[in-house]
Amino acid sequence: MKWIKALLATALSLALTWVLNTKQGDIPPFGKFLSPFQGFWRNAEPANGFPVAQTLTLPGLQQPVQVRFDDKHVPHIFAQNDHDLYFAQGYLTAQDRLWQMDFVTHVAAGRLSEIVGPARLETDRFFRRMGLKFGAEKSTAAMLADPTTRTVLTSYSDGINAYIQSLSPRDYPFEYKLLDYAPEPWEPIKSSLLLKYMAFDLSGRSDDLRLSNALGKYGPAVVQDLFPDYPQREDPIVPVGTPLDFKPLPAPPTPPSFTAAMSNKVAQNEPDPELGSNNFAVDGKKSASGFPILANDPHLQLNLPSIWYQVQLSAPGVNVYGVTIPGAPTVIIGFNDQVAWGVTNVAADVLDFYQLKFKDASQREYWHDGHWKPVRRVVEHIVVRGQPDRYDTVLYTHHGPIVYDKDEKPFMTQTPTRHAMRWTAHDADNEVLAFYKLNRARNYQDYTAALSTYGSPAQNFIFASSQNDIAIWPNGRFPLKWRNQGKFILDGTDPAYDWQGWIPQQQNPHVKNPARGFVSSANQFSAGPDYPYYLNWQYGSYERGHRINERLARMTRVTPDSLRLLQTDNLNLNAQLMLPRMLSLVQGQPLPAAQQKVYDELSRWNYFYEADAIGPSIFELWYSNLVKRLWDDDFGLQATGLEMRAPSRDRTNTLLLQEPTSRWIDDRRTPAKETLETLARLSLQFATDSLTRKFGALGPEWRWAHQKSTDILHLAQLPGFGRLDLNVGGGAGIVNATSERNGPSWRMVVALGPQVKAYGVYPGGQSGNPGSAYYENLIDTWSAGQLTELVFLRSPDEKHPRVQAAWTLQQK
Amino acid sequence: MRLFLVIFVLCAVAQYFLPWWIVTPLAFAAAFGLPTSGGRAFMAGFNGVGMGWFMLAVWFNVKNEGLLASRVAQLLPLGGSSWAVVILAAVLSGLVGGLAALAGSWTRQALAPPPVAPAR
Repeated sequence: MKWIKALLATALSLALTWVLNTKQGDIPPFGKFLSPFQGFWRNAEPANGFPVAQTLTLPGLQQPVQVRFDDKHVPHIFAQNDHDLYFAQGYLTAQDRLWQMDFVTHVAAGRLSEIVGPARLETDRFFRRMGLKFGAEKSTAAMLADPTTRTVLTSYSDGINAYIQSLSPRDYPFEYKLLDYAPEPWEPIKSSLLLKYMAFDLSGRSDDLRLSNALGKYGPAVVQDLFPDYPQREDPIVPVGTPLDFKPLPAPPTPPSFTAAMSNKVAQNEPDPELGSNNFAVDGKKSASGFPILANDPHLQLNLPSIWYQVQLSAPGVNVYGVTIPGAPTVIIGFNDQVAWGVTNVAADVLDFYQLKFKDASQREYWHDGHWKPVRRVVEHIVVRGQPDRYDTVLYTHHGPIVYDKDEKPFMTQTPTRHAMRWTAHDADNEVLAFYKLNRARNYQDYTAALSTYGSPAQNFIFASSQNDIAIWPNGRFPLKWRNQGKFILDGTDPAYDWQGWIPQQQNPHVKNPARGFVSSANQFSAGPDYPYYLNWQYGSYERGHRINERLARMTRVTPDSLRLLQTDNLNLNAQLMLPRMLSLVQGQPLPAAQQKVYDELSRWNYFYEADAIGPSIFELWYSNLVKRLWDDDFGLQATGLEMRAPSRDRTNTLLLQEPTSRWIDDRRTPAKETLETLARLSLQFATDSLTRKFGALGPEWRWAHQKSTDILHLAQLPGFGRLDLNVGGGAGIVNATSERNGPSWRMVVALGPQVKAYGVYPGGQSGNPGSAYYENLIDTWSAGQLTELVFLRSPDEKHPRVQAAWTLQQK
Repeated sequence: MRLFLVIFVLCAVAQYFLPWWIVTPLAFAAAFGLPTSGGRAFMAGFNGVGMGWFMLAVWFNVKNEGLLASRVAQLLPLGGSSWAVVILAAVLSGLVGGLAALAGSWTRQALAPPPVAPAR
């Protein structure tokens, strides 16, 4: 009996210990995790615990590096050579953001299952099948072949590794303890994977299949009408009439017309309309100081830790401040004492799908240019936590990977099966060299030289210099296409459909010092129809860009604050254009009482999407439901059985405004004949009912911030680690593009001059540690639409009231 | 009291250098070496390990102004109270320590009856 008791107690004790030391599904190993000796408590940084002075001895440094930290915890790094500069950047970025940068590279490389188990296996397969690693390997080889970027990438990696090696398990960032794994050494390819992931975010989707389906169902005349090559309302980046300073190459000939076979496997994930960005710059004639002022706010998904990390990098030949992507060296958006630059996404068509003809079911050869060509098979080895490893074979043609080669449910359903993908993110380019040179640019010539090695994702690089030049180049690698090549799925058997070359980089759209005194972009068309090459048939809609241009044109004596206020402009041009028409559509017959109140509220509204306004909550629901009623029966999956996209906002608006007898208005699913008036009434009723259900009768509860609910979530969506329901206005299609989950991920305004002055903020904090006071300390400034002056030091010893901490990193 | 002190000091020092689960063999060994009744061994183990965790967790939580633990308390979910996480940590570790000490005590009793009656 005594033995039984003793054995039972011992077994129970050992079992409890084992359970608490082992991750059970999503449950962390509670013993390890909750232990104050080594668990998460170790990440609970004391409120005033940041060392103001210390010397760190790091193996691999060549000379001492001075680092100052300002009150926002931004490191200002002063090194004596490039190697040490990027070593220190790697070390200090890892100190704040190691888990984040490591996690994102796991996503991009298709290695999430290693960390979290089989639940993410399909995500992993998808990213491998999209060839992110394939592209990253090519770019890494190109960047390591260049002596400059080899130094940058390898010393950055060495810096990260010096930090990783200094850690014992109790020091691991919080998320490693929660998810129960350990950091692994960093390699240059991981920096490349991060840039490819950005390319996926910004250019990795395609409408080819859905448009091919529309073409198949309705024919070329309808497609030409509803999906026109240039919108009715547009205000391109390079103003129409800008003279060409080059002689264009002939485009390849358009092959005889081709209709893609329809496929039942298609896309539903449209590119998020708010994954856009704004940038603008005014010249000295328009500014109060007589020097240019530049602004940029890239719109991305709002996450914690923040997408961006602020840093100042100084070494012989460079002193630059700006934001970096944790895990990638150099400054991506920023300024030095001579120039400033920023980026927005170009949205050119750089991803196409090719329909293939296989010799037989084994899919080992495909027909191209009159021959059977071999398919290359690449075996992907996926490690799955808690399960045996998986192997997945991906087929490659000369175009690129066949993302899905058999009938299965694609991770992103926009991906057609048995089609090859051609994408610029698979080409070898040296983006890091472009940023390295931009960081050191002194004038316009340096800026254009820097752009020449940049490939993907294509960006609108805006520029201003203290020599009073302003410029913008939609820049990247653009395939030389015949008009509309890649608007629909392409014929993979005929070489006439292949990409046959590139637009020479010097002939990318560009404008320098335009007569109007400003340059700007908001993801709209790169240039008007007078630009000689085809880039795409559709871009971001024109509203943000047009509003920016309208306000900039009127501005005089511009100050940094003028541009800050423009960044937070909440006027919605779509509402301004459409609401009067929609109100007139429901006039005539009496409305039910609730709808009449809504109608009166909207009649008084000024089209501004302020946080407290009620108009936006109603208009957004009304308009989107009206559009849905208009197109669902003609282009919706349920009604047609086909995956198709609906026409753009511009085309829809033209129909609502000018084509009251259009054949598309009637709902062909009902026997009755619908009119625009019917649709407008039904959708107004829908909007009224749904807001009443959610918030009660019309009143302050209907406020826009409440209905929209902007959330900043933790990157791994951990409850309690984000910030929810921010009290902010703005929204889709508005200059202040703060929507539910996306928004200005960094707002920056730089005033050039004898002494450059810059302002910036992002919705987060410098530290990636949720136990740090610097994890989300900038959010309130960001929500209020304010900017913080950025501390730009000229020397490591410069006295500055906001800079106290001084660290020295020295060689072992 | 003696057993409690031994477990408390031994486990605190050991956990500073070794994985947390070192408390299991240590509490077992201490209760095996210092004879007492099963109930007292459990309490000594519970308090000896739990107190160490409790005090250190309180220290970190106060210095951090509850920032991280209150996030963890939303994740678990414990209603966002950082002190609930402190208590949870103390109780879980106490259970591990108590069970290990109980097992140590009973194992000794199985090998040989206690030489003297437990002191009252």
